Amino acid sequence: MPFFEAFRLAIQTIRAQKLKSGFSLLGVFIGVASLIGAWSIVNGVNRYMTEKFAQTLYGVNTFQLRRRPMFTPNVADSVWRAWARRPRIRFSDAEALSTGLTVPVITAWQSSDRVTVAYRNKEARDIELTTASERYFEIKNLGFALGRPFTGEENRSGAPVVVLGDAVAQRLFAERAPLGKSVRIGGVPYRVIGVVTKQGSILGFPLDRFVVVPALSPAQNLVNPPGILDAFLVKAHSELEMREAISQAEGIMRGRRHLRPRQDNNFVLETSEGVQQFWAGISRILVVLLPGVVVISLVIGGIVIMNIMLMAVAERTREIGLRKSLGARRRDVLRQFLAESTAIATVGAGFGIVAGIGLTMLIDKISPLPASVSPMSIVLGVIMGAGVGVAAGVYPASRAARLDPITALRQE
Amino acid sequence: MSSVQLFRTGDTPLPDVIILAHKLTREYDMGSELVRALRGVSVQILKNEYVAVMGPSGSGKSTLMNLIGCLDTPTSGEYWLNGQKVSDLADDELARIRNKEIGFVFQTFNLLPRADALHNVELPLIYAGMSARIRRERAAHALKRVGLGDRMDHKPNELSGGQRQRVAIARALVNEPSILLADEPTGNLDSTTSSEIMDVFAELHQQGQTVVMVTHEQDIAAHAARVITLRDGVVATDQARAA
Repeated sequence: MPFFEAFRLAIQTIRAQKLKSGFSLLGVFIGVASLIGAWSIVNGVNRYMTEKFAQTLYGVNTFQLRRRPMFTPNVADSVWRAWARRPRIRFSDAEALSTGLTVPVITAWQSSDRVTVAYRNKEARDIELTTASERYFEIKNLGFALGRPFTGEENRSGAPVVVLGDAVAQRLFAERAPLGKSVRIGGVPYRVIGVVTKQGSILGFPLDRFVVVPALSPAQNLVNPPGILDAFLVKAHSELEMREAISQAEGIMRGRRHLRPRQDNNFVLETSEGVQQFWAGISRILVVLLPGVVVISLVIGGIVIMNIMLMAVAERTREIGLRKSLGARRRDVLRQFLAESTAIATVGAGFGIVAGIGLTMLIDKISPLPASVSPMSIVLGVIMGAGVGVAAGVYPASRAARLDPITALRQE
Repeated sequence: MSSVQLFRTGDTPLPDVIILAHKLTREYDMGSELVRALRGVSVQILKNEYVAVMGPSGSGKSTLMNLIGCLDTPTSGEYWLNGQKVSDLADDELARIRNKEIGFVFQTFNLLPRADALHNVELPLIYAGMSARIRRERAAHALKRVGLGDRMDHKPNELSGGQRQRVAIARALVNEPSILLADEPTGNLDSTTSSEIMDVFAELHQQGQTVVMVTHEQDIAAHAARVITLRDGVVATDQARAA
């Protein structure tokens, strides 16, 4: 009997016994649905992390010179205290790097803190104030919805001009045109010269609640002591040049801090990889937990299918006897029942895939987690579903195939 | 029937001998005792014969029927079917012989309840590896032969007992087997329907079909041209009936 025939027969049997088949494919259904759902979350967050998160927060081929890592998950108190004792990054450090790096790069200064921004009687609280140099926008890849970034001249002269994030512009100006208006930051009036395009949110955190002012403008006193900055941003043209720039920067900084060869760096040169490593740690936990859930439901699904198939063989002993008397060989009977269990499992996997995709879309919609279905998980779902079907069918099918036609025919 | 050769071990049957059983024995090991169901049965059946096998229960007729039908293999002796020695074939080869050479008709019909008449008749052709189109054609033809051309899409539970048995006969015929092997084919039918079914057998026989029928009913056996009676695992009588 050709495979096609066996599958046609299997589908017929499944359709004839909808309820029973429905129960038997439940395990595989849950297994595959959870596989795809969970995988989609990991996949979605992964893509988010590598594509959006890393790029918006860091920029491509960009590194930052900082006192301590920007993203600091679960560090011990002692480590934290050691970081706090480190010298801060000074304007002079930034200038030394700017002149010292031989690789073609663009650079920017950056410091941040939370402030309140006001326009007339309206206030936007808890806004991230960034004091930066003019190329900050270029490095961060920030586009403009209105107006322009500030210039190098404005930065050096400490001009009181400000670029607003979308949410701040909305909050303070709503429908009115913000350009040219004067907002107050820490009591100092700043003239609005630009509004950055909407950045959206990341894992539920809004990205548009910020303002950017020149690094040397009056508001610098709100963020850091004089002469101090949080980070020095360096963007190279390629990954390779970025690596070269990092190693040059490390040499320059170690020289400036008079570190001996054995001594560790008392600064960090952080790339977007740092954030990704943090995420990789989380996703590794998911990746370890995920197969557990999936395997358990698939094993249960397999056992259920095996039992249903054993029942089917017992119920249809006479049919098997008849088929054998009509010329079915062992392998024909084996194939028939294997096809049946595989079809049950594959149909279960199919429903599981549909449910998994639905679940993914739901999660993506209603939760801050970005989920996206990985095509690989669908392929794996189908393979695992069919695999469970074959594995669960082997024993019942071989029992059926070994039946003696005479005894089988005699059975009531 | 005079052309029956005196067969000795090592011989080959004559070409028109469809069934040749030579000193067939079949023993079942029931643990504590050895049951000797057949104790040396030698029978030859020619092409286009119509033979009834009779005998009381326990006489070994079912065992002989299973051996003739290639559902079982003998403990000793030789069995030739249509020029091929099948007594020492393996499982899958026996399945192939059953598929090609034997058309079974059972007392309880043994139709698949979920499949319609056409699909039931198609079944042996699936295992013969035929394409769907040819299968359908041949199954339809076989159903027409037994007078059920207008019932092809009926399920067994939509058919009468006699019609079901006709479907089963069509299924037995569809592979154009060397022998039609019927086991109490009228056992589940009333007398009117029985005689209808016997008419079908008679007609098939007239068309050249070899028929072997196991029965314990005298009047059913009377339709056959030759009656073989078994008793205690041996052939008791083997008589040609006057036509």
